[in-house]
Amino acid sequence: MITLLKNGKLYDPANNKDGVVQDIYIRDGRIIAKPSLAEKISHSFDLTGKVVMAGAIDMHSHIGGGKINIARMMLPEFQESRRYSEPEAHICSPNCIHHATPNATETGFRYIEMGYTAAFEPAIMPANARQAHLEMADTPMIDKGGYAMLGNDDFFMRMLASGRDQKAINDYVAWTLHATQAIGIKVVNPGGISAFKFNQRKLDLDENHRFYQISARDILKSLSRAVYDLGIAKPLHVHCNNLGAAGNFETTLNTINAADGLPMHLTHIQFHSYGTEGDRKFSSAAAEIAQAINQHKNISVDVGQILFGQTVTASGDSMVQQLNAKHANPKKSVIMDIECDAGCGVVPFKYRDQNFVNALQWAIGLEIFLSVTDPWRIFLTTDHPNGAPFTSYPHLIRLLMDKSFRNEAFAKLNLDAQAMSNLKSLEREYSLYEIAIMTRAGPAKLIGMHDRGHLGVGAGADIAVYNEQSDREAMFSEPVYVFKDGELVVKAGKVIKVTWGATYTAKPEYDLSIEQDLKQYFDRYHTVQLANFKIDAAEISQDGRGSIIVSKRN
Amino acid sequence: MWQNHTEMKILVDSAQFISATCPACGLLCDDVLLNYDAPITIKNGCKKSQVFFKQDTLSVSPTLSGLTCDLNTAVKAASEILRKSNQALFAGLGTEVQGMRSIIALAKKTGATLDHMHSEATARNTLTLQNSGWQTTTLTEVKNRADLILAIGTDIVSSHPRFFEQLVWNNDSLFNKPSPEVIYIAASGNTDAGVSPAGKAPRILEAKAPDLPLIMSALNALAQNKLLKTEQIAGISIDSLQSVLSRIKASKYTLVVWSTAGLAFAHAELTVQSITQLIATLNESSRVAGLPLNSGDGDSSVNNTSTWLSGYPTRNRFNPQQRGGEFTYDAYHFSTQQQLNTCDALLWISSFNAHSPPTINAPTIVIGHPNIKFTQTPDVFIPIGIPGLDHAGTMFRMDSSVALPLKKIRDLGLPTLSMVLREIESLVT
Repeated sequence: MITLLKNGKLYDPANNKDGVVQDIYIRDGRIIAKPSLAEKISHSFDLTGKVVMAGAIDMHSHIGGGKINIARMMLPEFQESRRYSEPEAHICSPNCIHHATPNATETGFRYIEMGYTAAFEPAIMPANARQAHLEMADTPMIDKGGYAMLGNDDFFMRMLASGRDQKAINDYVAWTLHATQAIGIKVVNPGGISAFKFNQRKLDLDENHRFYQISARDILKSLSRAVYDLGIAKPLHVHCNNLGAAGNFETTLNTINAADGLPMHLTHIQFHSYGTEGDRKFSSAAAEIAQAINQHKNISVDVGQILFGQTVTASGDSMVQQLNAKHANPKKSVIMDIECDAGCGVVPFKYRDQNFVNALQWAIGLEIFLSVTDPWRIFLTTDHPNGAPFTSYPHLIRLLMDKSFRNEAFAKLNLDAQAMSNLKSLEREYSLYEIAIMTRAGPAKLIGMHDRGHLGVGAGADIAVYNEQSDREAMFSEPVYVFKDGELVVKAGKVIKVTWGATYTAKPEYDLSIEQDLKQYFDRYHTVQLANFKIDAAEISQDGRGSIIVSKRN
Repeated sequence: MWQNHTEMKILVDSAQFISATCPACGLLCDDVLLNYDAPITIKNGCKKSQVFFKQDTLSVSPTLSGLTCDLNTAVKAASEILRKSNQALFAGLGTEVQGMRSIIALAKKTGATLDHMHSEATARNTLTLQNSGWQTTTLTEVKNRADLILAIGTDIVSSHPRFFEQLVWNNDSLFNKPSPEVIYIAASGNTDAGVSPAGKAPRILEAKAPDLPLIMSALNALAQNKLLKTEQIAGISIDSLQSVLSRIKASKYTLVVWSTAGLAFAHAELTVQSITQLIATLNESSRVAGLPLNSGDGDSSVNNTSTWLSGYPTRNRFNPQQRGGEFTYDAYHFSTQQQLNTCDALLWISSFNAHSPPTINAPTIVIGHPNIKFTQTPDVFIPIGIPGLDHAGTMFRMDSSVALPLKKIRDLGLPTLSMVLREIESLVT
């Protein structure tokens, strides 16, 4: 069975194709070279004039695990307000769907209906990993995976504080990847979540954890080294200290320096790019941050753009969310300490375009997008749902590709915020090719999904086909076709066939003897058995729907 | 099949002690060791786990109006009832994650209303969560950090027997905390469990549970430095309440435990909110965290699974007509009590315990524990295996952060809830 996609205009940056008209042949879920004339073409799609890209990959989206489920439980009212119609929406088009906490089924459907074929949960708490995988297993249509959180767990903190060598740390990090079925490692407010449990309310990069007497910098250095040494593709995923605080850009710049040339990914960088200038002591430091990113080739970022409207912030950063809880809207929040492993904070939030801080946050995100020069090192995210629901990506793409649309939106913002931003002077408009890098080729390369994110021979046939339209929001809201592993699953923006994606993991080699230390630790201090803490691959695959793919660094 | 992998490993080892996870209470202890050769012996078991793992189940067949029938006939009859119903109620819902997945799938086919048997108690917490949120913690944090345990309206151990043994009187803790101090407020039952191994007695502030609204309001007022123009509240002196607050402020990590099952008075959710508000106030300068006890029968598993699959905890309904089919939620109208008056079919599920269904005039299907006794003969009864004993599964602990695999321990040839519901589902359409 061969499927032919004929005459499409390919935007395939991994293969240097920028709008090249070319046929694609698919067999057994993969893209193949042009078959011999003797072979029969079973299906053929005429894509003349249509834009063809690989399926998009969301490298940071809170789609699975405890935090979002807490948000759903706390905010039943969100389920009923799928289309947003309050004043803030005047910037949005009718295609914007503001549903911050979709259920697992809706999550898979909304992603594939935009041409996204994979999404990664960025904050899997090892103690909560089983729930994350249960939820992701119930998320149809897309491939998924996650990053396991370390750097606030007491096992690691004790190792580091007692001066265990890097090899032992590496073994523990590798063990965690295996035990949690994750593909990467994340650190959230390095040391801060743990410090909050000791009633410490703030932790800067070079400040010491009250109990362990180690700094966030020590934690970052140790974890980024471990991830690098283990040879997994995905660099350490870092949610810096001091999220959301005015003046935090200095912490961010220092964190970039602390990476010391090793690969490091700074996530939702928008929330970490704030200065203290102006009457309100809150300003954009996007220029400084973008400059540092441009200079440090070892650094990649995703933006965490905010868009206006109602959403909920769900973070592992209990220390910062405890402070944010007083800004909760509606006024409720959940803050948790979890299993000597990490924590979480779930705080609903309404971003308003007439609010000075929110308006400036919006502008800061866009300033960063437009000022970072290398699209291979910056990724399109809203930190779903923290900055905005992922369903607003088409709107965000239009903001990046259409200067006059962007400037019209900017002109409607809080005037004081407008005065504090240089957004209007930024002339850049992203090209389709750059969007394809930022949403397809780039994330696939970063995470290590070697057969995804591109349209070359051998690639998995995850393909999105769009009508070329000058309104990029309308264009990216409703693909004409989406193919998942070679099967047509979306037609005219609606799911026509339900499929279940695979789970991407990384399984680096390590010295198993680390498990003796862990066994002792679990027996003495934990409340579950080590054997049950670990998630067997069979738990994910044996229902007949799920499957595990092990990624390797190229 | 999803349980095969775990099953195989277990059955081969049956001559020796095998480790098992005990679903008999929300602590979900997974250090239980079983030797299943008769007589069954259990290490690290509590009263509840002894009962659970040693239970004899009746050898019963499916029935149709009380008459024995085969499984296929029962499944067909059940699917007929559901096919004809316009507004079925799926209640009881005593199951774990895999069972709940199947329940949701069937609800989507039939347009049913869902409610768990312990929702009356759970809703007191859920309403608080939905109104103001809360600050909570989990069991490993308790074990290693809590140096003060404040138990409100509960003795804890009646519902969660190994709580003190496992989490309070442990010798090892990560940060060398002192042996915790225990304070009970309005607790009835076994407060002896709060006596430390060294013999230190707990502080007990005696009161009746219905006085808790008053007591909690007073504690909140005092925590906010307000003066109370009285010397006692519900028989407890203001000085005693002040000293509780001082003790919390001196503690490094206070755990506040409550059980909504014990707060069986009108608008008890406001008392829960009063507890969580006190925790929030104290957290501005100290570390204090809550731990609501669950009621059992898979309530945490069912509500979590329901929430990621439908967007809501139970007391939700699938409306096939609404916008192409979607779930709605109503914490009051979708209660079992309310729906019993209006539903046109009842599916009662209780797989952990032999809980009987409520009496009702509508056609009734019961899928559950083989030992269920009936006051009113159901139209269809299908006995099924018990999760964690007769088949594998996945279960959430009371703190909702940890989910653990349940194992298959014995083989009586009983079908699982999921197997039965999948069969029914295939016939409903």
